[in-house]
This record gives sequence, C-alpha cells and structure tokens, in this order.
Amino acid sequence: MTAIPTATTSHPSRRISATPGQIALALAIAAFLVMFLVLPVATVIYVAFTEKGTSSFTLVNFYDFFRTELFMRSLWNSTYVAAMSVVWASVFALPLAYLTTRFAFRGAAIVQTLGFLPLIMPPFVGAVAMQLFFGRNGSINLLLDEYLGFKIDFMEGLNGVIFVQSVHYFPFILINLSAALRNIDRAMEEAAQNLGSSGFRLFRRIVFPLAMPGYLAGASLVFVKVFDDLATPLLLNVKDMLAPQAYLRVTSIGIADPMGYVISVVLIVASVLAMWLSAQALKGRDYATTQRGGGGLARRKMSPGEAALGYGVVFLILALVLAPHLGLLLLSFATIWSFSPLPDGFTLAHYGRVFGESSIYIKNTLLYATIAGGIDVVLGVAIAYLVLRTKLIGREWLDWMATAALAIPGVVLGIGYLRAFYGVTLPDGTPLASLWITIVLALAIRRLPYALRACYAALQQISVSLEEAAENLGATKSRTVRRVVVPLMAGGILAGFVTSFSTAAVELSATLMLVQSNSDAPLAYGLYVFMQSAAGRGPGAALGVIAVLLVAACTFLSHLVIERSQKAKGMDH
Amino acid sequence: MNASIKQDTAAAAIATPALSVEIEGVNLSYGDNHVLKDVGLSIRPGEFFAFLGPSGCGKTTLLRLIAGFNQADTGRVTIGGRDISALPPWKRDVGMVFQSYALWPHMSVRRNVAFGLEERGVKRAEVDRRVDVALGLVGLSHLADRRPSQLSGGQQQRVAVARTVVVEPKVLLLDEPLSNLDAKMRVQVRRELRELQQRLGLTTIFVTHDQEEANTICDRIAVMNDGIVQQVGTPMELYENPANLFVANFLGTANILDGRIASDSRHFELDGGIVVESGSDIPPGSKLVFRPQHAILAPADAKGEGVAMPCIVTGREFLGASVRYLVTIGTNPVAIDVPFQSGRDLVEIGAPASVRIPERSLLWLSN
Repeated sequence: MTAIPTATTSHPSRRISATPGQIALALAIAAFLVMFLVLPVATVIYVAFTEKGTSSFTLVNFYDFFRTELFMRSLWNSTYVAAMSVVWASVFALPLAYLTTRFAFRGAAIVQTLGFLPLIMPPFVGAVAMQLFFGRNGSINLLLDEYLGFKIDFMEGLNGVIFVQSVHYFPFILINLSAALRNIDRAMEEAAQNLGSSGFRLFRRIVFPLAMPGYLAGASLVFVKVFDDLATPLLLNVKDMLAPQAYLRVTSIGIADPMGYVISVVLIVASVLAMWLSAQALKGRDYATTQRGGGGLARRKMSPGEAALGYGVVFLILALVLAPHLGLLLLSFATIWSFSPLPDGFTLAHYGRVFGESSIYIKNTLLYATIAGGIDVVLGVAIAYLVLRTKLIGREWLDWMATAALAIPGVVLGIGYLRAFYGVTLPDGTPLASLWITIVLALAIRRLPYALRACYAALQQISVSLEEAAENLGATKSRTVRRVVVPLMAGGILAGFVTSFSTAAVELSATLMLVQSNSDAPLAYGLYVFMQSAAGRGPGAALGVIAVLLVAACTFLSHLVIERSQKAKGMDH
Repeated sequence: MNASIKQDTAAAAIATPALSVEIEGVNLSYGDNHVLKDVGLSIRPGEFFAFLGPSGCGKTTLLRLIAGFNQADTGRVTIGGRDISALPPWKRDVGMVFQSYALWPHMSVRRNVAFGLEERGVKRAEVDRRVDVALGLVGLSHLADRRPSQLSGGQQQRVAVARTVVVEPKVLLLDEPLSNLDAKMRVQVRRELRELQQRLGLTTIFVTHDQEEANTICDRIAVMNDGIVQQVGTPMELYENPANLFVANFLGTANILDGRIASDSRHFELDGGIVVESGSDIPPGSKLVFRPQHAILAPADAKGEGVAMPCIVTGREFLGASVRYLVTIGTNPVAIDVPFQSGRDLVEIGAPASVRIPERSLLWLSN
C-alpha cells in the first residue's frame, strides 16, 4: 500500500519505498531511542570493560567482581531471592488461578482485580507495613509469642525480601496463568476425561502443560522484576544483593568507580538470560489451543467440602496479599505503633503534614508521569504505525530497541544517565543529568514497552481496509492516520497511557539515582525518604495511601472512558 | 490390497463384542431452556447410528450426555444393559471423537494415542504395541513422532479416531467429525469411517446436521428437532415415509401444499380453489406433501393416471441431471424435477401446465 509507482517504471516497482514524512519520523524516533536508551546503556557497558582512568579495553573489572566475596554473595543472594520469590508467588497464584478459572466461584472478579495491585503500589511501600505485621516484633509474632510461645522470622534478612516481593508480584503469574487457563479449549480436557483421566493427573498431564506458556511468561517477569529491584532490599536494610550494591557503589564511592558498572552489566545479562530461557523453554512447541468453537475449561460446581476448602485457601491468600495495604492504611492514621498488634491511637496529623510540606512530591509526580505517559503513547503509536503499516527498511529495529528497555533495570538506566549526561552542561553550567527532565526521560524509556504493546495491539485490530477506504476517498496518509487510525486506536492509546502513567508514578529505582534535590523529587522518592526514619513512617504511609488512591483513581477513570467510547463505537459485545 | 489385509488384522486385534445403547426417558434443562424432552432411543449392537437435526436441536447435548459431560435431570442411559448414568466421564469407557479433534498440542501423535492406555495403567510394552496397531489401522504409522500441528486436517481427524479406538471403548461417539474438513476430504473420510466401523464392529453414534452424511454411512438415523426425537428409521424409510412435516422437509426437498380438509375427509381444497381427491381418509390437520421427482409436468389438457392439478410455470433451474420447474398451483409454490434429456423441448415460463402425481406418492402430514 505504500508502493508509489513512478512514471518511469512500467511494471509495479519492487523497491521498498516510503514517504519522506515516514522516513523522517522513523529517524527522529531512532535518534531519541539511541540518545536516551542505547547511549546510556552503551556507556555503562563501555565503562565496565575499560580500565579506570584510561580508555583501554580490560576484563580486570570483571575479574575483580568475581574475586570479591561480597559481590559473589550478592549475586547468589539476588538469584536466590528472585528464584524463591517465583516459587512463593507460584504458591499464591496457582490455587487462585485454578479455582477462579476452573470452578464456578463467587468473587472470581475480586481475585482477578488483584492483578492491578503491583501496578499501583511499589513493593517497598508495603515492606514497612509488612514489618509491622510480620516483623520480629510485629502483630503476628507478638500474638504467636503470647499464645504459642514462639516467633517466626518472616521478615529477617533475605526472607523478608522474598516475602515482600512474592506477595507483591504474584499477580503477574496470576494474570498470565489465568488467561492461559481460560484459553484452553474445553474439548482438550474432556478428551482426557473421555480416555479415563481425572483429578490431579488430568491437571498435571493436560491442563498445566497447556497453560505452561502463561505460567512461564508470568514467572520470568517476576524473576526479572525481583532480581532488578533496588528499593525493597534497601528499605529492609538488605545490602548484599546486586542492585543495592550497584547503587551504593555509585552513590557512596563515586561515579568513576567501575564496580557499579560491572554489576550493572551483570544485572542486564541476568535479565536477558531469564527472558531468553523462558522463551527457549517454549520454542518449537505449539501451544495455540483455542480452536474453533473452543470456549475455555468447563467450570464445575464445588461440593460443600471443596467449597469450604477453596474459600479457605483464597481467604488466607487474600489476607496475606492485602496485609501490606491494610498495614499502610493503619500506619497512616496511627499515632504510635510499636511492640503492639495494633496502633495505640489514631490521628489525621500525618495527612496534614503531607499536604502541608510534601504537596510538591504529588505535584512533581503528576507532572512527570503525565509527560512520560504522553511521550510513550506518541512514540508507541508512531512505532506501531511504522512497523505494521509501512514497508520501511529496518522498521522492526525501532520495535526491538523500544522493547529492549524491558531488559534494562532501572538502576542501570539511572547510572547510565548519570555517566552519559553529567558531562553535558547547559550554557549556564548546570549538568544535563541534574535537570528534572532527565527523570521524566528515564521514566518514559522505562515504560515505553508497555505503551508500545498497547498501541501495537490496538492498531493490529484495525482492518487495513478501513484505511484504504479513506485513501480511496481522497484522504492523504497523514490525514488518514489523524481521522481514521488514531480515533479507532483511542481505547488502546488510553490504556497505554494509563499503564505508563501509573507505573511511572510509583517507579523508584531509576529515580533514586537521578533525583538531585528534594524540590525535584517525585512521590516515590519522598516516600522512600520518609520511610528511612521511624518518625517519618506515619507521613510516609499517608503519602503511600495518597499514591495508591491517585493511581487507582486514574486507572478506574480510564476504564470508564474506554468502556464508554467502545460502547459509543458499537464495539461492545 | 496388502495394506487392507494389514488393517483387517489390526482391526481384529482391537475389535470387542458390540453392545447396545439404551436411552430411556431423558430430560435435560439449562435453567428455563428445556434442551432434551423425554428422549428415548434404542441403538442396536454394532449399529452405525446418527443423531441428525438442525443446530440447536439437542443432538450434541444428547451425545455429550452419553459421554458423561452433561447430566440428565431424569431418565437413564445403559450400555450393554449396564446403567452408566451415575458414572463420571472417565469411568464410562465410551470413546468420543471431538468436533475440534482436541489433540493435545504438547504431545506427539504417539503420545496422544498412548494417553488413554497409560491412564488405564497398561504396561509400557503393551502400550507401544497397541499404539502401533491403532496407528496402522488409520494408516498413520509413519507420522507417529509428528506434532498434531504438523498434520493436515484429515490426518488430525484420523489421529483423533486412533486415540479413541485404541482403548477399546464400548461405544464410539463421533461429534460432527467431518465438519472441519473440506468438501472433497469429507466424502473420503466418511467412507473411511464407515469401513473402520464395519471392521471393528463397534456400536457407533454419529452426530451431524448434514443429511447427506447421515444417509450415506449410517444404518439408522434419529431425526431430532427442538429437543424431541421426531422419527427413527433407515435413511430410505425416512425419505419414503416421513412421520411429519419436519422430517419431510429436513430430508430432501418436499413440496408442502396448504389447504382445507373437506368434511368427508376424502377431499382437500387447496388455497386457490383446486380440489384434490384422496383414496383414503386424510388425517386432521394435515397438509399435502410430495417430492419434486415424484410428479410430472404435463400439458394442461393432457389426460392420464393419478391426481392432476393445473399450474402456471414461473421459473426454471438447470441442475445437470434434471431440470427443476418452479410452478404455482393455486397460490402454492411447488418444485417439479424433470429428467434432463437433450433435444427434448423445455416448457416455457408463463405457460399453463398440469402437475400429475401418482396417488401412492401423495403424503398427508402434519407437524
């Protein structure tokens, strides 16, 4: 559709052609991605492989890394914590996914809504609240000690990180696994029953293998998220893990120290490796199971005994998962909460303080997340259009580059920005890296893959013939995009914006590296600072509650808007 | 030849004594929707039996009920005299071939076929032997290590059949097994299914909405509509002596003429004033029914045997072996098939003519 036969060619031209506007657009996007993603990451890798002070290639930094006992322990700890978080997240997610998709289950919608939780609250926010419930002197242990005479170390050292992370990130497995379970053709299961299979054997041999792609997608995501997370271990005072080590190296020893960069490279390699392994595990297998007339697994009614057990399990898991949120809410209203199962008294003072002194955090967050989300959907729509609707050479590279941001941990991007842009100064002498816009750009790059996928999916659903009809009636390409494509994509664009906005609003790991002054700090940073001290916990919790409400409100609002626009377009089935 | 002998030996290895299937007083409702209404059927040992009807008539629901995927509100199903109504699907030992084939994409062809035997705790060597036999039976031994997605639709269908018969089920259930194949494959596969069924001697129930499929391969057919069994019989019985208007209309083409029965029960006044005389009493509420090929189109003034009705020719369709004339008798539109012979003059559109039907071809049917 983009081939424009020239007057000199008698037969249709086989040459790949595109309009000058498309080429310019592609080049602009490529320049942006190279500048703010490729260059900083390349800088990190370059520094990791060069000798300090000179620019000669060396492996000595890596040799030092592997020789240092602290770093090797950190590498092992990070791997262990990420793997155990996957295990525990699976333990939480499997029963919930199975019960809600396989049985006629009241409250299935509530369980599925949990999927939004990791999006609207960073795990480190819950970490403090969980310490109050599950810590050595938290509510649960105080009660255990009083009535049973023993305590359980839920929150000590690595256990604490694993606990917080798995409670927080298990919805990623839940969502993907549930979707996979729902997509299994009901006949797949019935055929096995017809041949004499039932119960757990049926689940093990047929149902779970068919849901494997969904499970692996969720599990690898959890692994990478936990492996890369900086703020949760820091807040729980666990320093011998990789991301905290990278952060501490760069912030305490200095930006010239090569070790921070070496750790960054290790983080990138581990992320890529985890994603590659999960893709590899499924390679060459055909798991597309929804067939004509499929319709998901049959939902069975539970017997009273099964129902009691089922609801018991679900209730227990939900209580565990909602504990950080409940704890945060209690904490934000608590006067003093220490060495007691519940706070001593309640007050509104924390909210007063937050709105008084700390409203700058909220303002900054709204500003940063809005700009970042805006950048993301503009780039997302443009890249999706170039990839799906033009024959531009190398257009897939834009997609790959943007998506590669998934594999770059926030702390690495932050270090890259510091190193790449600190030398770049504005005319008045301030370094580029110290401007708040740098934070926005980092957020935009980090969240671009989410927005891109949403835009991509939205465009894929639009039949090309709708655009051809517009062109046939005399609309140019750019006017077709404006009048037909973008309006039809509106739902997907909004979904992409909200995902970018809400995750950017609570993002911390890159931000932690880039915030230079308190007046430029977003909410997540303010939260982190508050949570450092015992006195700041109350206001910090209040700020956390505000963040959750803010993001939840935006998400809900966008759902309403999307639903309404789809109804108006008659796309509602 | 050789292959066929090999397949016969294979069939002998799998074949088990055929059993009857009895369905008695089955009712099933989904909420207010009464899907099966007092269904009773008696399927003989070794019979190839079809449930035939339009979509939504309850035929698949009834098949799934035999397999145990639906529960009847009342009534029971027995196989070989044994009541299976209370058994879960995995204890029923009825083999079902699914419409979508439901081959598990994460297993090879061999693993798919072996599944049922493994679930029954059959020993490894025995599993291998019987899987080989079953794959030989459907002629797919050379594709045993492929994935289902690497097979054509027809091959997938044969794997699904092999996977089902390898466990030596008491009854074979086929849920629209030809609907996902193209027209040419459909004819070939339905012959293969019939041959396989004959070799195994297995009582088989076949669900379809396609009368041609049912007519060509089944011994007997139960025609269903709206959850009710309308009639049971051989394909020819159903065609010759349909029990009611639905069966007449669903199997082949039928002309149905509206009118009033005279008080003597021997005369039928068509809408438009033409009167038809019947040799026997006309049952109350009946309409006049006849097949297009049982009537002839004669000149308006011609004399002859049978019932004659004046008509006007309104259209003509060339069907290859025959020409179908569309005529109106009074106000009733009627189709008449005349064998095509080159050189013979066709009747012109708009010409008055006469439809002549032998008395024995007249059917008096009600709903």
